[in-house]
Amino acid sequence: MKITMRGVRGSIPVPGPDTVVYGGNTTCHEIRTTSGHLIILDGGSGIRQLGNELLANLPVKCHIFITHTHWDHIQGLPFFIPLFIPGNTMDIYGSFDPVYMKDLRSILSQQMEYCYFPVRECELAATINYHNIREGQAVQVGSATVTPILTNHPVLNYGYKIEDSGKTFFFTGDYEPPVNIYDEEDEEYAGYQQLVDEQQQTLIDFVQGVDVMVADSQYTHEEYPAKTGWGHGTFETNIRLARLANIKEFYFTHHDPMRTDAQLDEIFSEIMSRDNLPDTVFHLAKEGTVIEL
Amino acid sequence: MPLNRSKLVEIVQNIPAFPQSVNQVIAMTSNAMCPPKKLVQVIERDPILTMKVLKLVNSAFFGLSKEVTSVQHSVVYVGLNTVKNVAISVAMSGVLPETNDAGLDMDAYWKDSLAVGVIAKMLAEQRKIPPNETADYFVAGLLHNIGKVLFAHYFPAEYKEVLGITEEKRIPLHKVEKKLLGLDHCQLGGLLAKEWQLPENLRGVIRHHHTMVKDYGDNKLLVAIIAASQLNHYINGSVGVLPQLPKQVEDYLGAPLIDVADSLENLEREVDKAQAFIDVN
Repeated sequence: MKITMRGVRGSIPVPGPDTVVYGGNTTCHEIRTTSGHLIILDGGSGIRQLGNELLANLPVKCHIFITHTHWDHIQGLPFFIPLFIPGNTMDIYGSFDPVYMKDLRSILSQQMEYCYFPVRECELAATINYHNIREGQAVQVGSATVTPILTNHPVLNYGYKIEDSGKTFFFTGDYEPPVNIYDEEDEEYAGYQQLVDEQQQTLIDFVQGVDVMVADSQYTHEEYPAKTGWGHGTFETNIRLARLANIKEFYFTHHDPMRTDAQLDEIFSEIMSRDNLPDTVFHLAKEGTVIEL
Repeated sequence: MPLNRSKLVEIVQNIPAFPQSVNQVIAMTSNAMCPPKKLVQVIERDPILTMKVLKLVNSAFFGLSKEVTSVQHSVVYVGLNTVKNVAISVAMSGVLPETNDAGLDMDAYWKDSLAVGVIAKMLAEQRKIPPNETADYFVAGLLHNIGKVLFAHYFPAEYKEVLGITEEKRIPLHKVEKKLLGLDHCQLGGLLAKEWQLPENLRGVIRHHHTMVKDYGDNKLLVAIIAASQLNHYINGSVGVLPQLPKQVEDYLGAPLIDVADSLENLEREVDKAQAFIDVN
């Protein structure tokens, strides 16, 4: 399969002179399966340019997997031109929102109500099929199998594992490893820690040995105490995950919108200079990066 | 005057949550600095809220690949914020009246449920049950008599008579319920537990804690709650103490009630601690 990073920024698009190297578009990854099928992970602003390029080969048929429906993961969808063209087919997958009791279609339709956008969802000319999928429910797309796992975030968020012709790719979506809500002196601490460890182990088992992993690393270890509970990981939590899950190649993504190219380079080179890193090959995710597996 | 079955089912389908904890949850969640553990404590100590949170988290809407059996587990699995929102939406779905006209002493009811929950948890700890499971024992103790509250709220006149006869003749409550109403609080609670799709072992506790069956199968939780309830009856000198304990309960206790009761150190203090969260007054 071939993976192209279309958007690697977290929270909000940040175009400008300070973000030209790593890119300012929000989350979107394009995956071409060995069988030639098109999978898109998330519809952040990065999906817009991808849509423009797809117009060269109509009709467009694609499978869009949404990790969760926070703005930075869906805000590009209304500008994904293939949605407006008859004859195109989009299959959109994601989690039902059990708190608001809304399915994916309702959430995406509301994004396109008149007060937000001039075209309504019901006016989209492409054939759109919505699929509310459950954790662990594998979806076959040509030669690839896509399987969701819940990863901790303020809303339900799916990480997706894609297996194709013996190669594996995993994208966390937004993910903050769960933390113990008790203090060490509390009697509940140990029991809760056991639950946290079990949950972490479930993820480690799920991604054990994947070839390429792309993971939310919005914060540094130093920034994290002020951002605990916001739903994002750190470089350090991800290095730990890469080590425990024996990940071959790892991309830090969901760059903080405040982060300049220079700051990203600085953080990355400091991290790479540390002793005792796992054997994983680490990279900063960069818009336009192409990975062949 | 057996109760109308379809009316019961209808009531059970519309059971709302309790107010005090609901108010606490709302107050806590409007404060961004509220420690997550406090929120978990408030939810855990309200049986109805706990049941509804577990019901929703385990429902097909979430589609989790593992069953969530406690509030803490649900926080780790689906995230604190989701649990918070679930609790609020559950809370918003309506509330039960704070008092009942049946004369069921809610203060005493809570104390009793708390005591069984605390005893069950202490016994589980003594028996080296893993710490992440002992919370389930507390919840099961707290919930096992939920059917009584439903009777008192929805059938006050009928239940008042039941309570009167129980008091006057010193007959176990569930027997009088069965005779006068056609079903007991285990059956009514069981209907609710089923409606809410609670975990199987918890359902078993609610439905069968007064059922005299020889074999409780694999439901360790049920055996543990019957044991805790018997201890509680014993400590309070209540009529509920069985002349002969079921074999599995006896084995679980491992010693006569008098000796096991002596082994529960600081029971009162533990119950008081738990009670503070429910604030029964």
